[in-house]
Amino acid sequence: MWLWGAMTASDTESDRALVGDRATLHLRELAGLSCLGDQLEQLRGRSAVIVTPDPFTAAILLIELDGVARRMVLCPPDLSPAHFPQIVREAECDAWIGDPSPAAGLGIGTVAVPAPPSATGASRRFTHETEWVLLTSGTTGAPKLVLHTLATLTNAIAGKAPPAPGTVWSTFYDIRRYGGLQILLRGLLGGSLVLSSPRETVSDFLGRAGAAGVTHISGTPSHWRTAMISGATAKINPRYVRLSGEIADQAVLDALRRVFPGAVVAHAFASTEAGVGFEVTDGRSGFPATLLSAPDLPAELDVKEGRLRLRSRGGGLCYLGKDATPLRAADGFVDTGDQLELRDGRYHFMGRSGGVINVGGQKVHPEEVEAVINSLPWVQISRVAARKSPITGAVVVAEVVPSALVTGGGAVPGEETKLAIVEACRQALPAHKVPASIRFVSALEVGPSGKLIRANA
Amino acid sequence: MPVRKTIESLFEEVAREQRRQLCPLSDDLELLHTGLDSLSFALIVARLEDSLGYDPFDAVERFPVTFGDFVKLYESHSG
Repeated sequence: MWLWGAMTASDTESDRALVGDRATLHLRELAGLSCLGDQLEQLRGRSAVIVTPDPFTAAILLIELDGVARRMVLCPPDLSPAHFPQIVREAECDAWIGDPSPAAGLGIGTVAVPAPPSATGASRRFTHETEWVLLTSGTTGAPKLVLHTLATLTNAIAGKAPPAPGTVWSTFYDIRRYGGLQILLRGLLGGSLVLSSPRETVSDFLGRAGAAGVTHISGTPSHWRTAMISGATAKINPRYVRLSGEIADQAVLDALRRVFPGAVVAHAFASTEAGVGFEVTDGRSGFPATLLSAPDLPAELDVKEGRLRLRSRGGGLCYLGKDATPLRAADGFVDTGDQLELRDGRYHFMGRSGGVINVGGQKVHPEEVEAVINSLPWVQISRVAARKSPITGAVVVAEVVPSALVTGGGAVPGEETKLAIVEACRQALPAHKVPASIRFVSALEVGPSGKLIRANA
Repeated sequence: MPVRKTIESLFEEVAREQRRQLCPLSDDLELLHTGLDSLSFALIVARLEDSLGYDPFDAVERFPVTFGDFVKLYESHSG
């Protein structure tokens, strides 16, 4: 399967466009345009890491490189450069596309610097079934590399009728993340697409999306809550509003129904590892238990030990890296780690197993935060957990048992110790992983296995 | 401390922590233009629940758009 081939085969409308915050390209113009120019041929058969802050450039690079590169690794714009050595090693990268400065220290010989799209004489040529590598958060804070192909990524739309003429897709997600990439591919294979940009406010983005006539728009519940707080939701009039990447609670579904009375408000389950599972359009949180046996879903669903498992041709193929764990169980199912509770014929999402916390669509493993807190001299031990938030779905909170350094002589730990702990976390961790609040406790319960007792594990 | 004062000081505290430039707070200032991001608002709501003991977003009819809406949401809940 070849992205450019599929795009041109499905190009039945004349004015389909890719809309960025600074430029708009009609898909038909793309045939003669390139961000890489003469550099493209050097990348043929290479394993390339794509590091560009700009989603519009990234979208064009993906179109150019599919069918050319052996493998491409999609780095989201907020990825810490500290992870580059691991990514280059695990994905066996021998080409770098982006700002050239970090590449020198990584031992990569081939470096291509993308430029704004300009005319190229060369026509597109397919030689490689390109592998697409997406990053997802791992327990230690280091990313995990999930291997996909264009076929796995488009599984949920394969064989479906093209969208109605005039369909305009958009997403709050960055297109280097699974949720955003799903919308990018839908837009490239049928309809037009408005890309969000980290350079603009929510209000400006919705203004652009509205001006382009967006009909289908997706984001996490946190994106949507932020959009509602922005007061700018009146700038769009979509037919279809989609939530994914976090638990869609009843409050956010109801609020969106009030804001967009004419739209279908759907919440969907998908993950980088498991692929697209299903969507729910009845306006209620959770999903009906009958979905487990429903035909024609993009994935087979299963609930084992209270956790949702998915099996489909849309899941990732494997994790990359020498110490990679299996992505699937022997029966082919991917454990999503999402815990379910069955009530009155309906499954409700109860959070993540292993205590993984979802802050606005970004995963936080409690252990990585605890490791930072526990390294401090004022701390004996800590336990990090999720607390429900109406804004970001969850925030990180910590319970801390202070060390003798603080409590020596019967002293009571005070505000300054809390502030010092928060400050240390802020130095070591991205903002969404820093505890929102810290509570001192005298002890934490440890189970028979010697592990901390966690509410959710 | 009156609810409004508590809220104002938390906006300032979180802006300081998140190293964000907080605009002068007034009732008609849109939350989007306060200089804070969604994580900052999540922190403010979590800490307000700690100090006031309730989270009015549980039963919110309409999301607050201005700082004044935000304060009113908490004041109406405190009854």
